[in-house]
Amino acid sequence: MPHDHHDHLSPSGHPYRADDDTALSYWQSMEIAVRELLLEKSITTPAEIAAQIDAMDARSPANGAALVARAWCDPDFKERLLKDGSAASRELGFDVGPMLLIAVENTANIHNIIVCTLCSCYPRNLLGLPPDWYKSRAYRSRTVKEPRKVLSEFGVALPEGTHIRVHDSTADMRYVVIPARPNGTDKMSESELAKLVTRDSMIGTGLPKTVSA
Amino acid sequence: MGNDPLKTGARVRIRALMPPGHVRAPAYLRGKSGSIERAIAPFKNPEQLAYDLPAQEHMLYRVRFRAAELWGAEAEHPDDMIEAEIYAHWIEAMEQSDAA
Repeated sequence: MPHDHHDHLSPSGHPYRADDDTALSYWQSMEIAVRELLLEKSITTPAEIAAQIDAMDARSPANGAALVARAWCDPDFKERLLKDGSAASRELGFDVGPMLLIAVENTANIHNIIVCTLCSCYPRNLLGLPPDWYKSRAYRSRTVKEPRKVLSEFGVALPEGTHIRVHDSTADMRYVVIPARPNGTDKMSESELAKLVTRDSMIGTGLPKTVSA
Repeated sequence: MGNDPLKTGARVRIRALMPPGHVRAPAYLRGKSGSIERAIAPFKNPEQLAYDLPAQEHMLYRVRFRAAELWGAEAEHPDDMIEAEIYAHWIEAMEQSDAA
């Protein structure tokens, strides 16, 4: 590391991050005020708020992976999922809330990728909290314009002749990609298959894990 | 536009308006033409909901655009597709003669 920069690095070699010493924004103050009023009036409790935060944090891509594995194993389910994603998710006990789910399928020559250019719409009930990059200006602005470059930066190499479909999640729909089932998985069980389904493969910025022959 | 929802495949253009406010039609699609991928369902207009105003329902469509239509020569591949959800009041149906 450059000698003249050593003051800015922690003993572990990472740069120090500035403390977050800015004043609260209007909306941060508003949130605290409303929260304290709700507690004072016994409308909610600190335990309820903590439990809700835990429930949000506990959501993971496991639900989405189970959905994809079911679609790989059951063609009738896949058909229902493509027709009405919300109803098919509810069959597995995953309620996607007031938003509607649209599932899009990767095939031999179509690769789908999801973005929300306006904000960060994301199917949290299926995939958990979105990764930070999903909300970044770079991902949001570049994916609709240069999806192939973005995919290559994620390490996704697609066969020549693949068509890209970018889905901009602009309004009331939420999207999940059903990636193509990897080769050599014919004998795997649904729960084994679910382990191959990564979060990124359901956003379209990745592919499922492969199995060695 | 009448009350009949546009059909899948219908040629449409997104209105080239730039109003202020909580608008869900992305600026990069305004003035661009594409085709209806599907009609989803009527939803209350977020441009009114966002300000706690009485909100009308508008049909929400998925509209499909070719990369070449959006980005011209800068498109990575002219036949890649970009699909987005657009409310009916942002959509103009194109006459067949427009749909070159």
